[in-house]
Amino acid sequence: MVIDLDKCSGCQACVVACHAENNINIIGPEESSKGRTIHWIELIPYIEGEYPRIKARLLPRPCMHCDHPPCTKVCPVNATYKNEEGLVAQINYRCIGCRYCTTACPYTVKYFNWYAPQWPKEMKGSLNRDVSIRTKGVVEKCTFCSHRLLKAREKVKAEGRDLLPEDYIPACVQACPSGAMYFGDLNDPFSTVSILSRERRAFRLMEDLGTEPKVYYLSEGM
Amino acid sequence: MDEKHLNVEEDAILFEPIRRTGKSFYIALLILGAIILWAVWAYLHQYRDGLGVTGLARPIFWGVYITNFVFFIGISHAGTLISAILRLAKAEWRRSITRSAEVITVLVLFFGVGNILMDLGQPDRMLNIIQFAQFKSPLLWDVSSITIYLTASSIYLYLPLIPDIALLRDHSGKWNWFYRIFALGWKGTEKQHHLLEKGIAFMAILVIPIAVSVHTVVSFVFAMTIQPMWHSAIFGPYFVAGAIFSGIAALIVAMNVIRKVYHLEDYLRPVHFNNLGILLLVMTLLWFYFTFTEYLTTYYGGEPIHMAIFWSKFTGRFALPFWGMFLFCFIIPLPLLSFKRTRTPMGTLIASISVVIGMWLERFVIVVPTLTNPRIPSEVVHYFPTWIEWSIFAGCVAFFILLYMIFTKIFPIVSIWEVREGREKSMAEVRERIRTYLPGIGIE
Repeated sequence: MVIDLDKCSGCQACVVACHAENNINIIGPEESSKGRTIHWIELIPYIEGEYPRIKARLLPRPCMHCDHPPCTKVCPVNATYKNEEGLVAQINYRCIGCRYCTTACPYTVKYFNWYAPQWPKEMKGSLNRDVSIRTKGVVEKCTFCSHRLLKAREKVKAEGRDLLPEDYIPACVQACPSGAMYFGDLNDPFSTVSILSRERRAFRLMEDLGTEPKVYYLSEGM
Repeated sequence: MDEKHLNVEEDAILFEPIRRTGKSFYIALLILGAIILWAVWAYLHQYRDGLGVTGLARPIFWGVYITNFVFFIGISHAGTLISAILRLAKAEWRRSITRSAEVITVLVLFFGVGNILMDLGQPDRMLNIIQFAQFKSPLLWDVSSITIYLTASSIYLYLPLIPDIALLRDHSGKWNWFYRIFALGWKGTEKQHHLLEKGIAFMAILVIPIAVSVHTVVSFVFAMTIQPMWHSAIFGPYFVAGAIFSGIAALIVAMNVIRKVYHLEDYLRPVHFNNLGILLLVMTLLWFYFTFTEYLTTYYGGEPIHMAIFWSKFTGRFALPFWGMFLFCFIIPLPLLSFKRTRTPMGTLIASISVVIGMWLERFVIVVPTLTNPRIPSEVVHYFPTWIEWSIFAGCVAFFILLYMIFTKIFPIVSIWEVREGREKSMAEVRERIRTYLPGIGIE
C-alpha cells in the first residue's frame, strides 16, 4: 500500500469506510474517553515545532503488515501470523487475549475488545456478512480487507480469468476521495505501488526498527 | 538413633500447631475466607463482562495483573533458592528455616500463574497454549519454565518432609491414613536416610539453575520486545536479583509471624534474622547497583524514545510510585539492615515489609510506564486500577496466607528431623570440617 500524504486531505473517509466494512465495534463516548476506541485505520497527528511555528501532520495509519512483524513472534498460540500472501493475519477465535502482540507492536495497530461488541439496533442489519464479528477479550486489527481477496479469487475463478489488480482493493483505498491511497502488488516491478514506492518521496514508518513495513508513505511538500 | 527419632516429647512445641487449633486460627480463617470470596465475586464480574472492568485501555494493555505475576513469581524465589543455597553451603543455621521458605515457593507460584490467567481476555481458551504452542513466544518459555519450577520445587519441598510425615504417622491420631500414604513407608533406616540425603542434595543442585531461569524468562517477556526501557540485556539478572531480594524479605516476614503465633522463639532465634538480614542487605545493595546501572545507561544514551519514559518515572506522572519504590527498596531497609543493633527480628521485619512493598512498586514501575508512551503518538491515557483489580490482588494475598496457615496445621513448619540431626550429628561434623580447613592440625 502507498499513501500519498500530499494528496491526503485528512477527511477520515478511510476510517469511516473501514468501520463499515469490518464491523468495527462502536463503543460509545464514555468508553472512548478511556482510550478504548477501535480504529483499524487511524489518523495519527504528528505535531511538529512549537507555538507559534507549529505544524500538525496527519498520517493515516493502517496495519503496516511488516515483513518481520514483532507481533507474530510473541503470540503464544499462533493466533497472529504472516500468511502466504505476506499479510499479517489474525485468527480471532484462537486468540486467548493475553495482549502480548498489542504491547509488542511498535505501531500500536492492535486493538483489544474490552467488552463484548455491541451495535445500535438500527445498525445490526447493515453489518458486513463477509467479516466475522469478534467476541469480547480478543485482539483485532487491520487485515487489508483480506476477505475481499477471498471474494475476488472466487469471482475470478468463476469467470475463468486471472486476478487483476483492480479486483482486490481494501475499503479504505476504495473510499479515499482524493485518490491518495494506492494498493497493489509490491513484488510486481511494474505495478503502480511498486513504482511509487521507489519514488524519492517514499518512506516507511520507523524503518530503523527493521520491521520492513509494507505500507509506504509519500512525504508532502517536496 | 532410630529410637530417639520416635520421641515426641522433644520438640513438642513443633507438634503443637498440628495437635491443637485455637480460636484465633478460625477467626483468621474467616477473615481470609471473606476476602477471598470478595475477590472471587470481583473476578466473576470481570469474567462475565470482559476486561473492560479494569482500568486498562489502549495503549496501557498490561497493568496490575502482570505486575502481580512478576511480583509473585519473584516472591517464590525466597524458598527453594535460598534453602538450596544454604543446604549446599552447609550453613548449619538453615535447619529451622528451610521448610518455611520452601513452602512459600510452592504456594506463591500458583498466584503468579493465576494472575496471568486472570489477565487473559479469553480464559476459557487457555489450553490453546498447549494445543497451538508457538515456541517463539517468550510467554511459552514462561509456561515451560514455571511448570518445571513448580514440579521441581514441589519435589524439593516434599523430600525433606518425608521423615516428618512418618513421625506424625507414628504419633498423631487424626488423619493417620493421610500421613501413612505420604510417608511412603519411611522407617528411618540407614539406607533410607542415605537415599533421602542423596535425593535432597540432587534436587538442591537442580533447582538453582531452574530458579534462575524462571525469573530470567519472566524478564524476557519484556526484554524481548523492542519497547523503550524494556528492551534491555540487563533485565534477566536484574529480575533475578529483585526476585531473591523480595523473596528473602517475604521469608523474614513469614518467619516473624510463625515465630510469634506458634511461640517458636527457641527455633527461630535472633541469629537467624541477623543472618538473613545480612543476606537481605547484600541484595539491597545489589538491587541498587542494578537499578542505578539500568537508569544511568538510559540517561547517558539519551535517546528521546527512552528519555520520555525515563522522565515520566523521575519527574512525570510515575514519580510517586518510582520514588516510593526507591524509598521502600533502599532508603528504609538500608540503615535498618546495616547495623547489628537493628538487625533484630523486629528491625528485619520492618525492613522486609518495606522491601515487599517496594518490590511490588518496582514491578509496577517496570510494566506500566513503558506502555504509556508508544512510538506512535497516541492519546494520553491515565491508568488507575479499578476496585476489581485491587480486590483480586487482595484476594491473592489472602489466599496465599490461608494456604500457608493450613500447611502449618498439617505439616510441621520447622523441619523436625533436620533440627534433631543438627543436634545429634552436626556438632561433630562441623568440628571435623573445621579441622580440615586449618593448617597445622593433623588429620587422619
